[in-house]
Amino acid sequence: MRTRFQQQMEDLREKLLRMGGLAELAVDRACQAYTERDLTRCQLVLENESLINAAEREIDEMAFDILATQQPAAVDLRFILAVTKINADLERVGDQAVNIAERVMDMIELPAAELPVDIPRMATAVSAMVRRALESFVEGKAELAQAVLEMDHVVDRMRDESFIVLVRKMNEEPQITQQALDALLVARNLERVADHATNISEDVIFWVLGADVRHHAQAASASPRPERSEP
Amino acid sequence: MGVGITVEHLNAFYAKTQALFDINITVQANHATALIGPSGCGKSTFIRCLNRMHETIPEARVEGKVLIGDLSVYNGTSATQLRRRVGMVFQKANPFPTMSIYDNVAAGLKLNGFRNRKQLDEVVHKSLQAAALWDEVKDSLHKKSGASLSGGQQQRLCIARALAVQPEVLLMDEPCSALDPISTGKIEELIFQLKEQYTIVIVTHNMQQAARVAEFTGFFLLGKMIEFDKTEKIFTNPSDKRTEDYVTGRFG
Repeated sequence: MRTRFQQQMEDLREKLLRMGGLAELAVDRACQAYTERDLTRCQLVLENESLINAAEREIDEMAFDILATQQPAAVDLRFILAVTKINADLERVGDQAVNIAERVMDMIELPAAELPVDIPRMATAVSAMVRRALESFVEGKAELAQAVLEMDHVVDRMRDESFIVLVRKMNEEPQITQQALDALLVARNLERVADHATNISEDVIFWVLGADVRHHAQAASASPRPERSEP
Repeated sequence: MGVGITVEHLNAFYAKTQALFDINITVQANHATALIGPSGCGKSTFIRCLNRMHETIPEARVEGKVLIGDLSVYNGTSATQLRRRVGMVFQKANPFPTMSIYDNVAAGLKLNGFRNRKQLDEVVHKSLQAAALWDEVKDSLHKKSGASLSGGQQQRLCIARALAVQPEVLLMDEPCSALDPISTGKIEELIFQLKEQYTIVIVTHNMQQAARVAEFTGFFLLGKMIEFDKTEKIFTNPSDKRTEDYVTGRFG
């Protein structure tokens, strides 16, 4: 048993989970800021971005060290590749949260407008995707990750519907175009977060099953695998 | 050119102790195949069954079928006849210590009654070139003994000696385990080139070496062949949990 190696893998896993927590919190705060027009939460999102960026660098460095010194193979190699990709996606989730916070800060300076779009509902769905994608990583369960992939279509549809109703609203009430545009951009940012949650889930499936399901390739095409070994 | 190897229902014994259990494997011609597994798993026993070295041990015996190309190893073929077609390189380089470099390479041919000096010169030249040793020893072929070379050079000399009899299969039993990384790199590069003309089976404890040099890898455990597949598959996504546990260092 390679005790030091296993400890390094466990440290990497924990570090990524902490980063996942930061990214998830950033999205939740940005969405709450939208709902409550809360400038303080927006500022918290902006301030915490540096923590996510620092974690991204630290995780990449840890993964790089393990690759260089331990030459991992099979499930361990897939785990490290998955971690580096999930790491990049989580950093982008943090960026999207910042984008949302900036939109909200813009909206707060404008008069409140009644918009025919349910951003909180979309935010709830997207947060659930991020949370479940991270849960699938924690549990090492491909079926949890697969469920996230299926949720992506729902969020895509919400984004499309938002676009239609908001563009119509802009035509009908040009005086609230700026607010509608901000909401539209928030919807797009949320959809991007959902895409990152999807990527994370695909990486979990790759780690657990050794199957590449990106771009709609089927997990079922992978050969059946034994139960996953703990990293 | 190399030939394929077919092994069917191979069992090997040391007196009453069974060391290999029902091994079935097809080794592709002109490819390198690596055998990995923890100490005592039977991989060296297996490779020694391919050229009838196993039976040189008192009370050791083999059951089953081994075909080197169309030559049946355990069906009337003499060991001498077989070993002309199957060369072997061992963990510890074993040049004939008192012979010159030239004589080391020519030994196998001379033993078979080959005496034509010009042709011997040519074979020695070609074999040392194929073993990537010619440039380093060409000026001291007759002056230096095999034992005066460095460890890595000695191992390449043994490879040249094995190649001189123009085998079809080259068996290598941990050929780099006593060598430094530079010498190991040279042997690995050599394996890569040699498989164009020979079929290579290499036993190695170094899993990265198996991953680097072999197109196919077999994993042995407790005398059984647990998994045999393309090397990429074994090291990225093996089918058997025991293989995965071994290549990830969870045991062994």
